[in-house]
Amino acid sequence: MKKPIAGGTNGTVAVALPRAQARPSRGLRFLESERLLAAVLLAPTVVLLGTFIAYPFVSGVWLSLSNTSVGNVGHFVGLHNFAKAWDDSIFRQAFRNTFFYTFWATIFKLALGMWLALLLNRSFRGKRLVRASMLLPFIIPTVLSTFAWRWMFDPTFSVLNWLLFKTGFIVTKIPFLSDGVYAMWCAIAVNTWRGMPFFAITLLAGLQTINPDLHEAASLDGANGWKRFWHVTWPLLKPVTLVVVVFSIIQTFSDFQLIYVLTGGGPANSTHLLATYAYQVGVATGLLGEGAAISLFMLPVLFIVVWVQLRYLRRLEA
Amino acid sequence: MVIERPWKRWVYFYIPLTVFLIGTLFPFYWMLITAIRPDSELYRSWRAVNNAPFWTLHPTLEHFRDLFEKTTFPHWLWNTFFIAVVSTGISLFCGLLAGYALARLKFPLAGTLGTSIFVTYLVPPTLLFIPLADIIRNFQLGNTPWALILTYPTFLIPFCTWLLMGYFKTIPKELEECARIDGATRFGAMLRIIFPIAVPGILSAGIFAFTLSWNEFIYALVFLSSPERKTVPVGVVSEMIRGDIYFWGQLMAGALLGSIPVALVYSFFVEYYVTGLTGSVKG
Repeated sequence: MKKPIAGGTNGTVAVALPRAQARPSRGLRFLESERLLAAVLLAPTVVLLGTFIAYPFVSGVWLSLSNTSVGNVGHFVGLHNFAKAWDDSIFRQAFRNTFFYTFWATIFKLALGMWLALLLNRSFRGKRLVRASMLLPFIIPTVLSTFAWRWMFDPTFSVLNWLLFKTGFIVTKIPFLSDGVYAMWCAIAVNTWRGMPFFAITLLAGLQTINPDLHEAASLDGANGWKRFWHVTWPLLKPVTLVVVVFSIIQTFSDFQLIYVLTGGGPANSTHLLATYAYQVGVATGLLGEGAAISLFMLPVLFIVVWVQLRYLRRLEA
Repeated sequence: MVIERPWKRWVYFYIPLTVFLIGTLFPFYWMLITAIRPDSELYRSWRAVNNAPFWTLHPTLEHFRDLFEKTTFPHWLWNTFFIAVVSTGISLFCGLLAGYALARLKFPLAGTLGTSIFVTYLVPPTLLFIPLADIIRNFQLGNTPWALILTYPTFLIPFCTWLLMGYFKTIPKELEECARIDGATRFGAMLRIIFPIAVPGILSAGIFAFTLSWNEFIYALVFLSSPERKTVPVGVVSEMIRGDIYFWGQLMAGALLGSIPVALVYSFFVEYYVTGLTGSVKG
């Protein structure tokens, strides 16, 4: 959000520059050319990203079109892996789950994150401490905090069941992770718990750029809290919200660790996501080709989301 | 500002905020209580009369002792730390140079390169882990820390570049131009004038990158195999569950100790972290 302090004034000073005075040492003289310097500065990044993103991407596409498995160089089989995945009922379930999980988790994270951001935007004592502790779920390694949740959802010793039982809400235990439908909602809840602070803090940063006078003016005109949010805050917050939602969709859609630890895809493969199922097929079973094909099913959605994001950025720059 | 009555402040502010706080922090409290609770209390039926699950009268450190005696936990902690620090260092180095080039220099393909780096930022690791595992094997890097040190920058560099590029754009060009009038080379001006001013940005990017690498799971899970080579998240998942038996006391002790370093770094640099976090989604 920061603006360049002196955007368009470049060059006015440089006019008076007598070239002869700049005497770079011989070894670095070639860096005076902008093109050469740019090439040198970008080389490490391009090499690393090329080797470990572009190359694996191409290699992944090749793998998905072959019947390669661990220790066995495969040959070209066309779209066989994709067709096979599509006919597989577990894959279909994982495919549906991924959309379901992403959709609901994003909705909850946005709603709760927005609420929390609005609460944190007020002034109160201990605000810094509260804000810092709210971010903890986002800082602590997901795998480790998900273990705490798994323990809280334990079939025999669940503290949540105990709490609900003691307060009289339930008479029998809730099968948190041993029933497919419950397990999916539990995963969505944990994902919301972990991702909400990210929404809250970025939206809070957006809220802080909104001029309080606007709210004052709106309330003088008789707008109540909800109307002030809907007609003043929300329109101004939309750009930040869009970017945060895009990031969150990408992360949620490609989520792996949370499901891997919380349910392992179970019970009876009912909570697999594309990433966890790709892991099970590609790494645990060793069918690299089929696994690569399954994870490539994520590509169209990611592509659309990235495209939206890029278009938005372009519009912002124009 | 808008004036409100006390009861409204309670209903619309204090109560919701308290609920948010409890919901956010309870799992960590539960982690702590489980880690210091003796086994005899942990596995007591939740209908038992004398069950007091929210605290313990017999705190014990036996789970922590087991963690250090029966597993290679200290190794995992060191591995995670080492890998996080080195990959953060590499990413900052690359991000600084690339961010500067993209923010300041005019060269053909600047726009395309900027966009492609941004797109790699949005590529999730779960899309690439299967072919990457194959490549790591071919490079003979499997089961070494280098497998992670070289692959973590794939998601850290784009982020660092993006953040630092935004930061460089806020630094006035005149500063550099003055230095060049005084005889500095372009490279020297970048190194001695611009980078020192960018220290807050570098710190933000570094803190954020460090927490991201500490948190990483799938690459570490796929690329490492021997127990003493693992990182904390993977070690806890794969080495502390024997068969179908979960040793919850030990698991929670491990989760707690594995979280403390990153929580400490975070608590010292909250403001930088928040800048990194909000900067990670904005240009």
